[in-house]
Amino acid sequence: MKDTVDNDLITRPDANSGRVIKSKKDPEAVSTTKRLKRSHRQIKAENIFRRTLTVVGWATVVLVAGIFVTLVLQSILSIKTSGFGYLWGKTWDPVRDIFGVYPFLLGTLLTSFLALFISIPFSFAVAIFLGEYFPKGWVPNLLKNTVELIAAVPSVIYGFWGLAVLVPIVRSFESKIGAEPIGLGIFTSSLILAVMIIPYAASLGRSMIQMVPSNLKEAAYSLGATRWEVIRSVILPYTRSGLFAGIMLSLGRALGETMAVTMVIGNTSLIPKSIFSPGNTMASVIANEFTEADHPVYLSALIELGLVLFVVTVVINMIGKQLIKGVTTN
Amino acid sequence: MESTIVKAVDYNAYFGDNHVVKNVNIEIPRNNTIAVMGPSGCGKTTFLRGINRMHELIPGATAKGKILLNNEDVLEMHPIFVRLKIGMVFQRPNPFPNLSIYDNVIAGYKLNGIKLPKAEKDKIVEHSLTRVALWNEVKDSLTKKGSFLSGGQQQRLCIARAVAMEPEVLLFDEPTSALDPISTSTVEELFHELKKNYTLIIVTHNMQQAARCSDKTAFFYMGELVEYGETKQMFTNPADIRTQNYITGRFS
Amino acid sequence: MSVHVKYRIGKSRVFQGLTILLSVACVVPLLFILVYIIQAGITKINWHFLTNLPKPVGESGGGIANALLGSIIIIALASVIAIPFGILCGIYLSENKKSKLAYWSRLCVDILQGVPSIVIGIVAYFWLVKPTGSFSALSGSVALAIMMLPIVVRSTEETLLLLPDSLKEAAYALGMPFHRVILKVILPCGISGILSGVMLSIARITGETAPLLFTAFGNPYLSTNILKPMQSLPLLIFNYATSPYNDWHDLAWGASCILLIWVLTLNIITKLITRKWKVQL
Repeated sequence: MKDTVDNDLITRPDANSGRVIKSKKDPEAVSTTKRLKRSHRQIKAENIFRRTLTVVGWATVVLVAGIFVTLVLQSILSIKTSGFGYLWGKTWDPVRDIFGVYPFLLGTLLTSFLALFISIPFSFAVAIFLGEYFPKGWVPNLLKNTVELIAAVPSVIYGFWGLAVLVPIVRSFESKIGAEPIGLGIFTSSLILAVMIIPYAASLGRSMIQMVPSNLKEAAYSLGATRWEVIRSVILPYTRSGLFAGIMLSLGRALGETMAVTMVIGNTSLIPKSIFSPGNTMASVIANEFTEADHPVYLSALIELGLVLFVVTVVINMIGKQLIKGVTTN
Repeated sequence: MESTIVKAVDYNAYFGDNHVVKNVNIEIPRNNTIAVMGPSGCGKTTFLRGINRMHELIPGATAKGKILLNNEDVLEMHPIFVRLKIGMVFQRPNPFPNLSIYDNVIAGYKLNGIKLPKAEKDKIVEHSLTRVALWNEVKDSLTKKGSFLSGGQQQRLCIARAVAMEPEVLLFDEPTSALDPISTSTVEELFHELKKNYTLIIVTHNMQQAARCSDKTAFFYMGELVEYGETKQMFTNPADIRTQNYITGRFS
Repeated sequence: MSVHVKYRIGKSRVFQGLTILLSVACVVPLLFILVYIIQAGITKINWHFLTNLPKPVGESGGGIANALLGSIIIIALASVIAIPFGILCGIYLSENKKSKLAYWSRLCVDILQGVPSIVIGIVAYFWLVKPTGSFSALSGSVALAIMMLPIVVRSTEETLLLLPDSLKEAAYALGMPFHRVILKVILPCGISGILSGVMLSIARITGETAPLLFTAFGNPYLSTNILKPMQSLPLLIFNYATSPYNDWHDLAWGASCILLIWVLTLNIITKLITRKWKVQL
């Protein structure tokens, strides 16, 4: 260890090296006063801008609170009239002021879960296909872009397509198996919902599967695992909560979906007898009857339905988002 | 007799509860080059950023004490005025990627919304680029984006951007640590030229650079200003054992 | 042993085949849906279709001029409300990552993203239709603006968080005030990401029908008064598709095709922007 500095290393470049061009006379300092005068105005504008941002931040909170409060206030009449019977009542008869939403709850749950059930194998397959088997190349790229484009198709168009193409197919299928050949109903709605969910769930699942660290997979391969074994024992356990979150978010979508379902579900307030019978979901009842609600209790009952829908979808979405947040931060 | 331009009085800086700069008192004379060195995490960059109040941009960062610029406390002034008078150049060259070379030089005017006649703008651009020895290299490509330049040129462009505002003090936060040796020597040569018009404060962890370029050197260790004096004196005959340990390579 | 390995490899192959089969089995029919809609609609589209009003039942021909114009007006109005608001909110969230208000605001934006569109329609009805006593394009725009908001906020926030801090420091060091740092430096640098978020949000609300049912309501005539009911493409499709008349179905197919092309084009442009500028959304 040396105690003194090696003076040879300390060199000053030659002042006349010529690389630096000598400065000319400074430009007149006119701009300095201009600048300072301007700055006073800037400070004011800066404060206004900061305040605006905070106001906007508050506004989002107020907006959501406002939505909730509006729904609650408008449902009070119905809550007072029907009480808890509202949720379990089996009859929905606006003419006699009987409001029981059990048929719609059942319709919503049936269509959503049936759609989920149909879509899961397909969306898992696409997710694994894109996330694990073929993550790169033009075919999977095309597939991925197609899937994302399909997810963008408006639901009213799916509804129209369902009405024109799917309903006749289901009708002939129903007559073959001996059910009442209506075509419209829970089953058709579930099919449409499944079609709408698959692209969404598949792209969520794909991003989850691609997050599996490759060293984990390599470790399994190095132990002699086959591809399927890696998927089953490494990828699926690792992405379990992410995939579950994807299912939750898809469920949230299915529950709140309105137009496509409204167009093909058949719109009846009776309790569905089988998955082939027509029915109604919470969203489709609101869509169909809101502008026809001719007295306050009726309208309020519909809004209470909206409130229930709001609370349920928000809870399901928040669970899904929290799960995804947990996955992405780990 | 040299006049003092920047003076820190009992300056303390914190990140939340973390006390990073402790009771710094320092007087910096006009038209000098001051090197600030020390091991990483010693608070030298935080101190530098405190001088033009960049420190407080980090959430949770606070400062106590006084930093006087021409006997005015910058902590009492609005940061905008402070930053107009004290320019800064960063570790990595950071030209605005969406602006041309020309617009990058006058960015301080343009983006602050100060309208200048074209002739005056041209003069400022040429003057500033000449100062940083970049004019001859870029005068034919002023409309190109700043990000097309090499690293060393980008850094000189950033210096030109700071110089264009005609500040009194220029702060450099490890200005050459992201540059190759040739660009480094070009920038170091600039320091000798720039100090005629400005006061330069340069944070560096390269001792040779401090020795080559500065008139005075300040040595920070664990958030404290350990030693401050003539560069030559400090490197040949340091007063504090910690300084000696550092310059002979016993730390880090 | 080797029999066992063969069995495992075989099992893996079977599973791979099954995955490919299922993927193809769902994507191909999905593509057919798109093709079907375009086929059904493209023949109906011509200049007459775009510039004329729908004919009453029984007369063939007619067009969707009122819905086309209505959709453009309603969406433009929604954009005017939601885009500045959303970008400002995104700036707030990216600039105040840790404040309490940012936490709540972010939560609310998340909630907003999951609210069913029909519920937003109900709320817009009580906020604007009931007090003014009339269905109106404006109330529809407000409902759609609420739907756009989360997408714009999120894309702005994510884009701004990706920009390096050095950019902001460079601007501050030049003595720039906060609002100019944001508006003149940060926003221009992140414009491509924000733009793709905006386009995505427009694509999303273009097809929204449910929030318009009790707000814009629909109108068989050409109207440009934003305080009166107005027709829009998705409303027209819904009303005409569920009607029993074949002529009206034809109109609805043509409108579906236009809506589809509109939405897909916006999505493709967004994809191109994000690819060109390597933005992550």
